[in-house]
Amino acid sequence: MKNLKSSLVIILAFFLIVTFCFPAWGAKTIKIGVIGPMQFVQGKGHWNGAVMAAEEINAKGGVKVGDKRMKIELVKADSNEFLSMTDATNAMELLMARHKVDFVVGGFRSEAVFAMQDIAMDYKKIFIGTGASHSKLCLRVAEDYDRYKYWFRGTPFNEKFLGKTAFIQLATVGAILKKSLNIPKVKVAVVAEKAMWVEGMIAAAKGFLPKMGMEVVGVWQPSQAATDVTAELSAIQRAEPHVIFTIFSASVGISFAKQAGELKIPAVLTGINVEAQKDGFWEATQGKGNYVTTMNTYARGVETNEFTKPFVDRYIKRFGEVPPYTADTYSAIVYTLVPAIEMTGTLDADRLVKVMEVREFKTPGGKVSYLKDKQGRPLHELKWGPGYLTSLGVQWQDGKLVGVWPNKWVAAKGAPEVTYKGIVPFKIPPWMIEKYK
Amino acid sequence: MILDIIITSLINGSTYALLAIGFSLIFGVARIVNIAHTAFFMVASYCIYMITRKLGYHPIVGMLVAIPLITLLGLICYKLFIDPIREHEAAVLISTIALAIAFQEIMLLIFTGDYLSVPALIQGYFTVFGAKVFYQQLITFIAALVILGALRLLLMKTKLGLAIRSTAQDREVANLMGMNESRVAMITMGISVALAGFTGAVVVPLTTVNPFMWLHPLIMMMAVVVLGGLGSIKGSFFAAYILGFAEAAVVFLIPMGAFLKGSVALSVMILVLLIRPEGLFGVAFEEER
Repeated sequence: MKNLKSSLVIILAFFLIVTFCFPAWGAKTIKIGVIGPMQFVQGKGHWNGAVMAAEEINAKGGVKVGDKRMKIELVKADSNEFLSMTDATNAMELLMARHKVDFVVGGFRSEAVFAMQDIAMDYKKIFIGTGASHSKLCLRVAEDYDRYKYWFRGTPFNEKFLGKTAFIQLATVGAILKKSLNIPKVKVAVVAEKAMWVEGMIAAAKGFLPKMGMEVVGVWQPSQAATDVTAELSAIQRAEPHVIFTIFSASVGISFAKQAGELKIPAVLTGINVEAQKDGFWEATQGKGNYVTTMNTYARGVETNEFTKPFVDRYIKRFGEVPPYTADTYSAIVYTLVPAIEMTGTLDADRLVKVMEVREFKTPGGKVSYLKDKQGRPLHELKWGPGYLTSLGVQWQDGKLVGVWPNKWVAAKGAPEVTYKGIVPFKIPPWMIEKYK
Repeated sequence: MILDIIITSLINGSTYALLAIGFSLIFGVARIVNIAHTAFFMVASYCIYMITRKLGYHPIVGMLVAIPLITLLGLICYKLFIDPIREHEAAVLISTIALAIAFQEIMLLIFTGDYLSVPALIQGYFTVFGAKVFYQQLITFIAALVILGALRLLLMKTKLGLAIRSTAQDREVANLMGMNESRVAMITMGISVALAGFTGAVVVPLTTVNPFMWLHPLIMMMAVVVLGGLGSIKGSFFAAYILGFAEAAVVFLIPMGAFLKGSVALSVMILVLLIRPEGLFGVAFEEER
């Protein structure tokens, strides 16, 4: 009896050791963690993009890793980063420690992604960010390459390029207003949610807009979760701007657009409004968000390159809506990770990083190339510009979200005009035309 | 600008007044700190959303259905989760927090975190002294005055009101006088939750419906109630407009600090409490009530 008991204990101990010490035994999948605020559209975009990528790759037999094929297994992690930083870091820890993922894609709030990035770097796992725009996320790569080299920006480009694009689109709108309504000097009200990523853009707006011949009539910063902004709108109305330059990524984008539209404020709303990128924006504002313009990555009917339309059409067919920019987890997997794995024949992060950081490749959103800083140090930062990534300007026109920029855009003196296929003319709100004509 | 601040104060203050009056009522009568009060407001908003947007009925129908439904829900929750532990105030506090979070998670599960909206009872706006005001905001302001008047009538002119005031003054003596204190508390809870539901009906077209919409109003409501004096309905009414004024002043005078409007309002509350700890209309602390 004693011998039987001892034998059982030894067998149990053996199986425990096998289970905990050799997790890779029998592993036939590449585990990719998808982390994001899964109860919100941004996280849903993360997950949907990744699901579409995994389904496509697995349907073709999986990823070729050396001489074998491995399927992709996705692990969903709800970061809940809108509400709790602790939840975000816990979610990343779970991906690393419990699920032992090979790669991670996702993240949205810069504040949360900084913390999640550190955890991924502790575990030396490649983390492709598909939501946060703070430039410091990539500066860390240059400043401490050995630690942060596993980080790559997937989307969007950083806040400096976001600002640059937003200002170019603002200048385009300003020129249209000047020409159509004979406005001698365009007045701009800057309205930005209170969040980390906007601070650089506010400072840039105050500096650049006067140089662009515009007047900044005020800066307002409502809370990112504000549901009633009528006080702010009353104050803005008093300043009589022609353009309201918005910098929103959270729910305040809906409240602001809805209430501004309801009050028929005679100004164009343009800039960044992440909520306005969604198909659900029209219903959420009950149609009051008409003529709201925002930066976006995708729009129905607009083709940045030959990959765009097939991706957007397949996404709409699969999920019933236009992909938000966070659905670029698709590109992160299909165009960034998988080709690098197949080229190197390994899942080893250090070897993959060496290949990934020098590649240039097309994605549905544009051509990806990674920048270096002035000292030549890799940043793993996305390159911006014609021929690379420029994003789109989209506008709500009578219930449809259409592409309005770039439309005969000349990036620099002597450069060719850029107009993507499917772009339509920008429309000024009729109540604004009524006031100024 | 001062006119804008006043008009905005009246509008913001009306929302807080509607919420705070209901909370003050249940606290004053039954000493129940109902943290789930604004969560009922959130559930009412979703109810109205379902009836108007999904079933296609007029917002009035949504209101008329939502208020009794939420009241019933409130009474059930009171019977199951609050009444058994009513003697232990800390336990009630924790229980209502748990209830609020449970409501939030249920709404999150059913509706996810998508931002939704409900049509206004009366669409459009009008201009007063150059400031644009939504008709819905006017309805909110009038509703706050009507509710206060109706509540005053109920408390001062009816037998039920007499019972409620007696119970609020001294529960034990009210019991000895033949008033069923437990039943009075339940009725008061019903009135309080009905007010939360009514607030949801009136305010929801002005806001975005989401599972977390109960959090900010909770903080402001607590600030209003503390500033006005715990248990004082009149105090809550005036405090709501004081804090509404503080918020409006911040937005107009410090545009870049608009996100601080809540913090400034709370700071005003703290300042007043430093001078008058019982609040503006509260009774000074007594050892035994």
